[in-house]
Amino acid sequence: MATIGVPPHADAPAAPLTRRRRFGDPAFRWTTLVVSVGLVVMLALLLWVLADGGWRAIREFGLHFVIGRDWNPVAGRETYGALPFIFGTAVTSLIAMVLAMPIGVGVALFLNESGAGWIKNPLAVLVDLLAAIPSVVYGLWGLFVLVPLFDHTVEPWLSASVGKVPVLGGLFRYQGPGGDMFTAGVILAIMILPIVTAVTREVVSVVSTETREAAMALGATRYETIRLGVLPTARPGIVGAGMLGLGRALGETIAVALVIGNSTNISASLFKSGYTIPAVIANEFREATSAGVHRSALLFLALLLVLIALGMASVSRLLVRRTARLMGDDVAAQEEAASSTLGLA
Amino acid sequence: MSATVSTFEMPRTISSQRRTKDRLFSIALWASVVIALVPLLLIVYRVVRLGVAAISVNLFAHTALPASLPGGGLKQAFLGTAMIVGLAIAFSVPLGVLTGIFLAEYGSGRIAAVVRFTAEILLSIPSIVAGAFIWALVVVALGNFSALAAGIALTVLMWPIMARATEEVLRLVPTELREGGLALGYPRWRVIMRIVLPTAGAGVFTAIMLAVARGLGETAPVLLTALGNDFVSTNPLKPTDAVPLRVYNYAQSAYPAWRALAWGGALMLLVGVLVLSVTARMLSIRQQRRMR
Repeated sequence: MATIGVPPHADAPAAPLTRRRRFGDPAFRWTTLVVSVGLVVMLALLLWVLADGGWRAIREFGLHFVIGRDWNPVAGRETYGALPFIFGTAVTSLIAMVLAMPIGVGVALFLNESGAGWIKNPLAVLVDLLAAIPSVVYGLWGLFVLVPLFDHTVEPWLSASVGKVPVLGGLFRYQGPGGDMFTAGVILAIMILPIVTAVTREVVSVVSTETREAAMALGATRYETIRLGVLPTARPGIVGAGMLGLGRALGETIAVALVIGNSTNISASLFKSGYTIPAVIANEFREATSAGVHRSALLFLALLLVLIALGMASVSRLLVRRTARLMGDDVAAQEEAASSTLGLA
Repeated sequence: MSATVSTFEMPRTISSQRRTKDRLFSIALWASVVIALVPLLLIVYRVVRLGVAAISVNLFAHTALPASLPGGGLKQAFLGTAMIVGLAIAFSVPLGVLTGIFLAEYGSGRIAAVVRFTAEILLSIPSIVAGAFIWALVVVALGNFSALAAGIALTVLMWPIMARATEEVLRLVPTELREGGLALGYPRWRVIMRIVLPTAGAGVFTAIMLAVARGLGETAPVLLTALGNDFVSTNPLKPTDAVPLRVYNYAQSAYPAWRALAWGGALMLLVGVLVLSVTARMLSIRQQRRMR
């Protein structure tokens, strides 16, 4: 602030160059800095606390923890193999990705690229509202609406049609009523759709108008413009959108816990009940005593989950940023330029 | 850029094959929008229908009762959620706004880049993990489950949301306003507190609403930190009930009365969350218009 030497106007509310002034600025700046660094410290603390808590389980079970198939918290016969949870988490998230990616990208292209005029903004708001619905509401609806619907209609039908196809059919073998991995995957797909759409819109919107106009000038139809002009440039960002969605799907707890059936199966059929990492943490955490290794095992699962989710989110952010940079539309650089003109840097 | 696309008219010389492909593509885009919106409508319809049926004076005036007794309600859960979310707001608003100020006003260095990246990836943290973290940190230290622990667990989720949203709205404030303030001899911190923040006031309020909307419906972290309680608890250091927690527990019960309460609670959550998000969105659109 030394650059400003003009004394304040008499009736301006600003304080004169007093001691308060000289200390006010650095003090304020340092306060915001310390609080902000606190956010980073919180993340570090989170990782440390979970690693510290989960350490006992890993020391006792080692590699068996991630490849073992038996999970038994009964005292005296304790054994912890988390493979069924890892399997269930992977399968449900993959189903969610397969369903949500094409639809999410489709919605994003519809909102950004097609000339649908007035309907766009209300549609965008509606899609975003999907993200606002609490996961327990999704779970309640899934349990009482989706699970019966799938049991009686969707799954028998899929089983009778796709289930007849050799090899692939094994995935769709009917397993009787009750929650299952497929239903959980569908719920997850609905839940991650808004984030996939939002991030895809973000990356599609940075593709320059020139690229589109060039394609059109060559006589491309709208489809060709999108396929040849927009999608190749936006591809890394769309992959990033998918990874962010995948990260969300992996960590979703309550909705999945309500519809997946919660049993430690590893089955080829998607219509079989399963279990996921977040669901087992939610279900067993409160009952687990600190005497055994049970709680430590659950904390280690939480660590595993957060590491995967953070990894996905980081890679996703980097991919989205790279897409922006490819287009020479580096927002961060612009912001930096803007703030440095104020001498804030 | 979409304006360019929409004014584009297809010449008549395009082959029928390309024309068909283009049309099929349009249909696919429309179809994906329809598929995306169907679940939203179905969920809202079902929750409203069954939720409204469950609403009565008892829902708000009575606490939880055994399923065999009629007239149980969710009073303790509503009060518990209010206390937990209130604590979370009290923690996360100052933290989030200060972080947002740092990122928007001093945010061009390396530290800011690290903080910004951390905030971004923290948005993706699974909420159950926040619960496990605060259990290990706070519940263990205090010796029992509590509303305070739940408030802190929600803060873990709401702080990064607040920080990023505040940064964004502060960046919308025209640089000229800051320069004007500085030119009048205001110190920088007063420019921020007296000019930038009030100008972005509605936007900061929007950020708070978005964060609260997230915290309000969270079940998993509350499950591991507040535990739940059949009675009204006014002590933030004791186990406390919450609406999402009750909905989760009652959804899994075999009693119709409890299931009805679950739908009632779900409707209240849905209304609360949707009102907050829609209002936030409308405010932010108005704010952006005003800034331009």
